Amino acid sequence: MLLAAVVAVIFTGLPARADAPTPAAQVTDNNGAHVGRIISLVPALTEMLFEIGAGPQVIAVGSYDEFPPAVEALPRIGALLDPDVERILALRPDLVLTYGSQTALEAQLARAGIRVFSYRHGGVAGVLRTLRDLGAATGHTAEAEREAQGIQAQLDAVQDRVRPYPRPRTLLVFSRQPQSLQQMYVSGGVGFLNDIMRIAGGTNVFGDIQRESVQPSHETLLVRAPEAIVEIHATGMMVAADLDRERSLWATLASIPAVRSDRVHFLEGSYLVVPGPRMGLAAEALARALHPAAFE
Amino acid sequence: MCLLAPLVGSTSISLARVFDRSIPFTDNIDAQIFFIARLPRVLAGAIVGAALASAGVVLQALLRNPLATPFTLGVSAGAALGAILAISFGAAITLGPLSPVPLASLAGAFMAAAIVYAMATRPGRPISTSVLLLAGVTLNSFFSALILFVQYMGDFAETYRTVRWLMGDLDVGGFGPILGALPLIVVAFVIFAMLSSSLNVLSVGTDTAATRGVDVARTQRLAFISSALATSAAVSLAGPIGFVGIVVPHLVRLMAGVDHRIVLPAAAFFGAAFLVACDLVARTVLAPVEVPVGVVTALLGGPFFLWLLIRKG
Repeated sequence: MLLAAVVAVIFTGLPARADAPTPAAQVTDNNGAHVGRIISLVPALTEMLFEIGAGPQVIAVGSYDEFPPAVEALPRIGALLDPDVERILALRPDLVLTYGSQTALEAQLARAGIRVFSYRHGGVAGVLRTLRDLGAATGHTAEAEREAQGIQAQLDAVQDRVRPYPRPRTLLVFSRQPQSLQQMYVSGGVGFLNDIMRIAGGTNVFGDIQRESVQPSHETLLVRAPEAIVEIHATGMMVAADLDRERSLWATLASIPAVRSDRVHFLEGSYLVVPGPRMGLAAEALARALHPAAFE
Repeated sequence: MCLLAPLVGSTSISLARVFDRSIPFTDNIDAQIFFIARLPRVLAGAIVGAALASAGVVLQALLRNPLATPFTLGVSAGAALGAILAISFGAAITLGPLSPVPLASLAGAFMAAAIVYAMATRPGRPISTSVLLLAGVTLNSFFSALILFVQYMGDFAETYRTVRWLMGDLDVGGFGPILGALPLIVVAFVIFAMLSSSLNVLSVGTDTAATRGVDVARTQRLAFISSALATSAAVSLAGPIGFVGIVVPHLVRLMAGVDHRIVLPAAAFFGAAFLVACDLVARTVLAPVEVPVGVVTALLGGPFFLWLLIRKG
């Protein structure tokens, strides 16, 4: 049992620590050679590829890819923990997009003479940098630049829109047990979600903790007393009937200002948690929740 | 320990304010911290610690094996499988104060206990302790494999939540979950109290016990059922918190001898105090970040137990 836990911790590698390497994606071979066949093992990168016009070059994706809808038709070749090396090699890719912790896979691909684009999740700046690097690696430099500027403009627009309003001390929840406030995971002071929250006009109530994720106890939640609470759920855990029940859980912590002023919001959708081209939408959704007056 | 622990935490609160009736409860942060965060947590720690330590004592006597723990018989693995299925598939069934995850873990624990019990009992004959042990260990491995499979197929957020559940957590956030587990634990403790003198004879050997007029089969069954009840309730409340159930019984025996009439209540009290103390460390040492309590029990208890072994050896 303990072994199971340890194994799972090692393999999922979550949560990332603040001192992890910065999310500079690195290209093993950036000589601009023709890249006709691309395999992406990382959903965020798959989205970026399609966004910068490299979609037609993608020949296979990871098990968890679901956006854009075009990926539905593509073969699946495993994911972070279980990449199917044989199938990857059999598909004869020119470029494979891996996650930075997949060192064994990267070594195997290097031995096979296949170019690797190694990536790690990072904040908003990391997404824009990765987008440009990916453009350079796939021959779509101009489109990637355009896309990066477009996203930056979206983010700037959101930021400008909420600027006049006071910034609520915000708790951003991205996972917890259903029907209980236990085993809650919230955004700490670094990473993508923290950046999005800042842009959307919130001050992270756990901003002082230099980790991507924090697991607050009931006591910590009461003490930190957030003025707004946003729960984001990547998948459809929340049907309408459940939503009321989940919201009512917060009533037990009635001294929290967000609960008393009814500023507990639920947002749903994978775009909220994927550090990719849809982050402008994520920032706007969060801003609408935190500052409805700014969008009237 | 149980009186002192609610007063200490990652923040300091004023007791005067906690009990100040002139402030409405919804406005009184100190009272909310005390009654919603700390008191349930300390109570949960005491109940779980007492249950696991006593179940460990009973099972070590029943199996006549010093390595037996409340988790040896597959009950906790069954509980874990139930919990992890509930987390991974987002079950939505509730029963009274029990939310889906504790409910599913209770169901899993009962299922595992029923399987092991059915394997090891024959009408009118003593339980085969070797079958009990082997069935338990096999069931543990089998369920652990299923757990790994479910985790492997699940997505990352769920997998990490299941891993976190396996580390144990006493922050139950209210009295509801405790009330859900309490009836089972009360029944288990009543049976423990009835068994303590028969366990003395039983731990010498079943033949000796039979010649001294102990109904061996009945004692064994009650011992198994009561310890399975206590373990199921404890694990469904707080996850499989390790170390308490194996080491507290030995610590108590090192200090208080082998008479179960003393060892059992002593283990219950010591287990409660030990787990409450470990949780106190867990919630304060790195505050505002918490350490999983299952990590603390082994990190604090391990060296202490080794030290005691050396000193007494």
